Amino acid sequence: MEETATFDLKIFEDFSGQKDELIPLLQKVQGHYGYLPSEAMEKVADFTGVTKSNLYGVATFYAQFRFSPIGKEHIMVCRGTACHVKGAENIKEAIERNVGIKEGEVTPDGKYSLETVACIGCCSLAPCIMVNKKVQAKMTTKKVSSIFGKGENSE
Amino acid sequence: MERGKTVSNTFKDLRKKAESNWNELIKGKKPLIIVGTATCGKSAGADEVLERVHKIVDERDIDCNIIEVGCIGLCYREPLMGIIKPDSPGIYYGDVTPDMAVDLIQRYIENGDTAAEHAIGTFGQGSIEGIDPLADTPVLKLQVRRILKNCGFIDPMEIDHFIAQGGYSGVEKALGMDPAKIVNEVKKAGLRGRGGAGFPTWRKWQFCIDAAGDQKYLVCNADEGDPGAFMNRSVLEGDPHALIEGMVIAAYTLGAEKAYIYCRAEYPLALVRLNNAISQAKEYGLLGKDILGSGFNLEIKIKEGAGAFVCGEETALIASIEGERGMPRTRPPFPAVSGLWGKPTIINNVESLANISLILRNGAEWFSKYGTESSKGTKTFALVGKIRNSGLVEVPLGITLRQMIYDIGGGIPGDKKFKAIQTGGPSGGCIPADLLDTPVDYESLQSAGAIMGSGGMVVMDEDTCMVDVARYFLDFTQKESCGECVPCRLGTKQMLDILEDITQGKGRPGDISLLQDIAQGVKSGALCGLGQTAPNPVLTTIRYFKDEYEAHIQEKRCPAKVCKSLIRYRIDPDKCAGCHTCSRACPAGAIEGERKEVHVIDEEKCIKCGLCFSSCPEKFSAVEVISKGLLTETRSE
Repeated sequence: MEETATFDLKIFEDFSGQKDELIPLLQKVQGHYGYLPSEAMEKVADFTGVTKSNLYGVATFYAQFRFSPIGKEHIMVCRGTACHVKGAENIKEAIERNVGIKEGEVTPDGKYSLETVACIGCCSLAPCIMVNKKVQAKMTTKKVSSIFGKGENSE
Repeated sequence: MERGKTVSNTFKDLRKKAESNWNELIKGKKPLIIVGTATCGKSAGADEVLERVHKIVDERDIDCNIIEVGCIGLCYREPLMGIIKPDSPGIYYGDVTPDMAVDLIQRYIENGDTAAEHAIGTFGQGSIEGIDPLADTPVLKLQVRRILKNCGFIDPMEIDHFIAQGGYSGVEKALGMDPAKIVNEVKKAGLRGRGGAGFPTWRKWQFCIDAAGDQKYLVCNADEGDPGAFMNRSVLEGDPHALIEGMVIAAYTLGAEKAYIYCRAEYPLALVRLNNAISQAKEYGLLGKDILGSGFNLEIKIKEGAGAFVCGEETALIASIEGERGMPRTRPPFPAVSGLWGKPTIINNVESLANISLILRNGAEWFSKYGTESSKGTKTFALVGKIRNSGLVEVPLGITLRQMIYDIGGGIPGDKKFKAIQTGGPSGGCIPADLLDTPVDYESLQSAGAIMGSGGMVVMDEDTCMVDVARYFLDFTQKESCGECVPCRLGTKQMLDILEDITQGKGRPGDISLLQDIAQGVKSGALCGLGQTAPNPVLTTIRYFKDEYEAHIQEKRCPAKVCKSLIRYRIDPDKCAGCHTCSRACPAGAIEGERKEVHVIDEEKCIKCGLCFSSCPEKFSAVEVISKGLLTETRSE
C-alpha cells in the first residue's frame, strides 16, 4: 500500500521507545495501517533499538498482529465454546462459500477478509461473528447469506 | 510512604454530591429510561433501540432522562430497556425492538399503561400490579448479586452513580487502616482467587508483602481468555469502578504505587469504559497522587493484550507487559517474590479485586455469609450453550449444578436431553448428568475432574458430540500453546491428531489408552498451567463418555450426528413433497428431483453443510441425518 512509503512518524508521539512499549507501539501502527507494513517494522526497530529479529519474534507471537492488509470488511468468526456447540463451524463455512475466500484470506477486490477469533465474549447470543468491531449475534446460515449476499437460498 | 494516616473529608463531600446527583435522577420528577448497551445488548440491537428512544423523546419533547447501563445478565432477553417513573419502581422490558421502544414510551410514560406483557420484572421499592419483582423471577431468585449488583442499573460512565451506591467507601476505609489488618480481613473472609485455581488471596498478598524491596507492582489480569466466558467483560463494561476501587485497596495493602490492567484487545467497549473510569477516578482524587489526602499514590496503566491465550498465565502475562513474547517462566521464583522487572508483583483477577472492595466495605463476616466451608462468597458464571436462559449469573458458592441449569437456566431448549456441562474452559472438564448434584465449589468440581475456572459454564445437550468437544479444546490449546516446552508443544499436537482421526472415522483400537498415556505425560511434564491442564477436557470426556469414543472408533459412528465424516443426509421418500426448498438451499447442487417428485441427495456432491436439513419445511421434516457407521456399509456391500 502506498501510505507505507511515507511512514507517519507522528505514530511515535506519546512513546519514549522503551522496551515495554513494544506491543502498544505495534498496536498503534496496526491501528493506523490495518496491518504491520515491513517499512513500519523497520522504523519501530530503529525507534526502540530492538533488533528486527526480536521485533518480528514478538509480533508473530501474538494473534492480533498481521503482516498483510485486511479487507474493507474484516470478518471475525468466533470459535468460542458456546459458538462451537451452536454450530460456528457451519457459519464459518457458509461465510467462506458466500464471500469466496478461506480463513486467513482477503478477497481479490479487497472487500472482505476472514479470520477466526478465540472468543469475543458474546457467548449468550452464540453463534456470533464480528464485522469491523460490530458483533452480529445468533447467526444462522440464512443470516450469513443475507449479510454477505451471494444469496445461497435462491438459485 | 506513610500509611494508615486518617483520610481527609474530601470523600464525604464527593459522596454527598454523588448521592444528590443520583437521587435527582432516580427519585426526581422526571421519568428515567435506561437501555442496556453492553456488548451483548449492542449485538442484539441496543444501539438502534437507544437511537430511536432519543429520537422519539426529542420529537415529542418528552421531559425525561435517558442513560445507558451495562448488562443485567439476562442476555437471552436482549435488548433490554427499563423505565422508572417518579414514585414507582422501575420496570425492565425484554426483547425490545426500536418500534417496541416507541410503543413502550407511549404506553407507559405517556399513558400510564405498564405494558405488562413485555415486562420482565420490576426493580426498586414498591410494586406494580401484574408484574413480579425482578428478584422473584426464576432466573434471579436463587442468585445473590453482589459483584453484579450495579451492572444494568447504573451508568458505567458516571463515577457519581458508583459512589452513590457506596462505591469507593472501601477505599476510604482501607486508607485509614494498617495494611496488616486489611490482609487479615481478607483472610477472615476466606476469599480465594476467582481466576481459576482458587489460591487464597490473602496468602498470595502476604508473600508479596514479605518480599524484600520497596518497588512492588499490582497487575489485574483482565485477559479473560477462556472461550465461553465473559464474566469479567460484563463487570468491566457495566461497573468498571468496582475494579478500580479494588485495585486501590490492593495496591495500598501491598505498598505498590504502580499498577497495570492487562485487558484483552477483543473487548473494545470494556477498554473505553475502563479508560473513562480511570480518568474520572483521577479527577476525583481517588487515583493518582495523595489519594484522599492519605499520602498514598497510585498510577494505573492499561495494557492491551494482543490475542494470546497463554498470557492469562501469570508469568507469561508479565513477559507480555515487559514487551516480550508471552512465554511462561519457570516458577519459583513466584511473581509475588520476583515478577514484573524482577520486582515483587501480585496478579489478581478482575472478580477477585472487585470482591476486595466489597469485603472492605461490608466486612469479612458479611462476605462469608454465603458459600461452603472452604469456598466462601459468591461467584459469577457465564451460563451459555444449550440452555434456555443463557446469560450472566452470580450465585452463592455451594449451589448445585442442577439448580444452576434447571432453576436459574430454565433447562435445555427444545425438550432435548442434557448431556454435559463444561466448566473451566480449556483447563476444565465436562461433567455428566449423573453428577448434576455436585455443589459448585473449588474442591467438588475438582474431584469431578473439572475446575471452577474463571466462570465459563457451557451446557451441552444430546446433539453435542463429546469426542468433537475434546477435539475442539485440543485444537484450541494446541494453537495457543506457546511452544516453549516439549510436553505441551508436541503432546497437544499428538493428542489433537488422534482426536481428529477418531472424529474422521480413522480411529484405531488402542487410541483411548494412548490418549490417556499422552495426557498423563503432558499433565506432569508441561511447564505452565496451560499445558498442565490442557488434557483435562480429553480425560473427562473419556472418563464419562467412553461409549461415544468407542462408537467412533469401533463402529465409525457419531452418536450425536455431529462429526461430518461419519454422517450423511438422506431424504425420506415417504415424507418428501418435492417442494424444491432444499434443492434451492443446497450450495453444492447435490439435490436432484422434479417438482412434486421425491428429491434425492447425491452423496458424492454433498458437502454436509446441513442446509437441506434446516431448510426443509417443518410440516414435511423429510431430511434426516444418519450415522449408522459400519452397519450401513455392511448393508450396502
